[in-house]
Amino acid sequence: MADTTNLSRAGAVPAHGDSPLVRRTLIAVALGFLGLFLILPLVLIFSQALAEGVRVYFDAIREPDSLAAIRLTLVTAAIVVPVNTVFGVAAAWAIAKFEFKGKSFLITIIDMPFAISPVVVGLIFVLMFGATGWLGPHLAEYGIHLLFTPAAIVIVTLFGTMPFVARELIPLMQAQGTQEEQSALTLGASGWQTFYHITLPNVKWGLLYGVILCNARAMGEFGSVYVVSGRIRGETNTMPLHVEVLYNDYMITAAFAVASLLALLALVTLAAKSIVEWKIARDMRLASAAAGEAPAPDGESAP
Amino acid sequence: MNSLPRLRQHSVLPGFGLTMGFTLLYMGFVLLIPLAGLLFAAGQMSLGEFWEKGIADRRVLAAYRLSFGASLLGAAINGVFGFIVAWVLVRYTFPGKRLVDAIVDLPFALPTAVSGIALTTLYARTGWVGRWFEVFGVQISYTWIGVVVALTLIGLPFVVRTVQPALEDLESEVEEAAAALGATRFQTFTKVIFPSLLPAVLTGFALSFARALGEYGSVIFIAGNMPGKTEIAPLLVVIRLEQYDYNGAIAISVVMLVSAFLLLLTINGLQWWSRRHEG
Repeated sequence: MADTTNLSRAGAVPAHGDSPLVRRTLIAVALGFLGLFLILPLVLIFSQALAEGVRVYFDAIREPDSLAAIRLTLVTAAIVVPVNTVFGVAAAWAIAKFEFKGKSFLITIIDMPFAISPVVVGLIFVLMFGATGWLGPHLAEYGIHLLFTPAAIVIVTLFGTMPFVARELIPLMQAQGTQEEQSALTLGASGWQTFYHITLPNVKWGLLYGVILCNARAMGEFGSVYVVSGRIRGETNTMPLHVEVLYNDYMITAAFAVASLLALLALVTLAAKSIVEWKIARDMRLASAAAGEAPAPDGESAP
Repeated sequence: MNSLPRLRQHSVLPGFGLTMGFTLLYMGFVLLIPLAGLLFAAGQMSLGEFWEKGIADRRVLAAYRLSFGASLLGAAINGVFGFIVAWVLVRYTFPGKRLVDAIVDLPFALPTAVSGIALTTLYARTGWVGRWFEVFGVQISYTWIGVVVALTLIGLPFVVRTVQPALEDLESEVEEAAAALGATRFQTFTKVIFPSLLPAVLTGFALSFARALGEYGSVIFIAGNMPGKTEIAPLLVVIRLEQYDYNGAIAISVVMLVSAFLLLLTINGLQWWSRRHEG
């Protein structure tokens, strides 16, 4: 499978006379750049984590504060990812399947968390829910304190990871159009049936990658969580915060041991992306092959 | 049921009111009310106080200079090397190419605290890479160069991922025609290929710059965080907050937020330009 894509790509884009010297130099520069910035850091994480042997590695992870951090990170992701998945699917349905004014503005707004510093997100949370904040004192009357609790971590993580599922789904659903859904509805399917049996299977791989990426970002969120969590060991430290605490305490091996778990998560995310991209490309090839045999959908006049 | 009947064109698909209503409600609560709150809080400040705390302070100015300068430099490095990586991935075949293609996205998936401690250790005086620079008396970790290194890593995927599809779409006939008309390879590149890829490069550059500007996690480990020297603007927000100087934190945040928003607008403009360029 790898060979066929490479062949078709090589066939589509001939090497336009770049001399072997140029070619080799550019490949060496590209690999050197990626090596210095990506591959060496990755290798270093695992080598440092295992520097004192496998026992020390597992002891560092089994230590109570580390386990508490892992648990908190997992719980946070378990809340944040489903909520932002529902948001992403709803936003993608509204944006990709309908035409309305202000659509591109809405897409820009959805992207905003990308451009806002996580530290600013944390600051806004403190301004809203802090002891002297706008809502904090009112909630305190009912005995609710959000700042420096796991709830604060969940809320700022919701903000930071909001766009990921929507961003994966919108282009995919736009490319697929609405013809299949219209046919299903004409044949008497309900809106939910149409979504569940037509739309969802069509976008399942993109949705899966969006969820995986959202999960990776939720587990790795640092700046905003750093501000709102209070960094109480064993209570409000997530895995990235625990890495920071260990590192600043000069417990380098332990810091890299916990970091290596997050690095593994990143590698799994990248692997999932490659698989999903391959699946989407395959589905599109199959779809275009099927469309080639059947009468072209473009030929029919649209209703 | 349709809450916005006049805003959209007629469609037989159901669920517009429900999904759009939920989308707007969720974004309102999670995104717009908090942002409006920040701007409201900034509005409570007198102009003089905002100027003093957000702009005209020596330490704040030094932080902006480092944040903007290092982000710009990092984005420029990514512009050059990201272009080369995209070129190599689209035009050449070599063993392990698919693996290299996949690893480009690592900065999206790797938590910033993890890349922060890894880079700091790697580029420290005794680190695998840092010791070679130490020979020439160049220190990377705990200096402004370290900040540039961290911000380069954070923005690395953007240029590659915007240039890659543009390069794939480039029609080879144009290049062949240029070559047939007697252009040298260098002329073909500078006069034909590069101009048509420029919008994509600029978009990637701007995205990389915007992402670097707000970055916190990876930088605080490698920067050394010396006030006025290696202190980035987001760190100064945290410091002001920990000093209970809320207005100071708000003023710096608003300056950063406005810069980020202007960048986002620029990126949208660039994308519009590149679409027009193609069509």
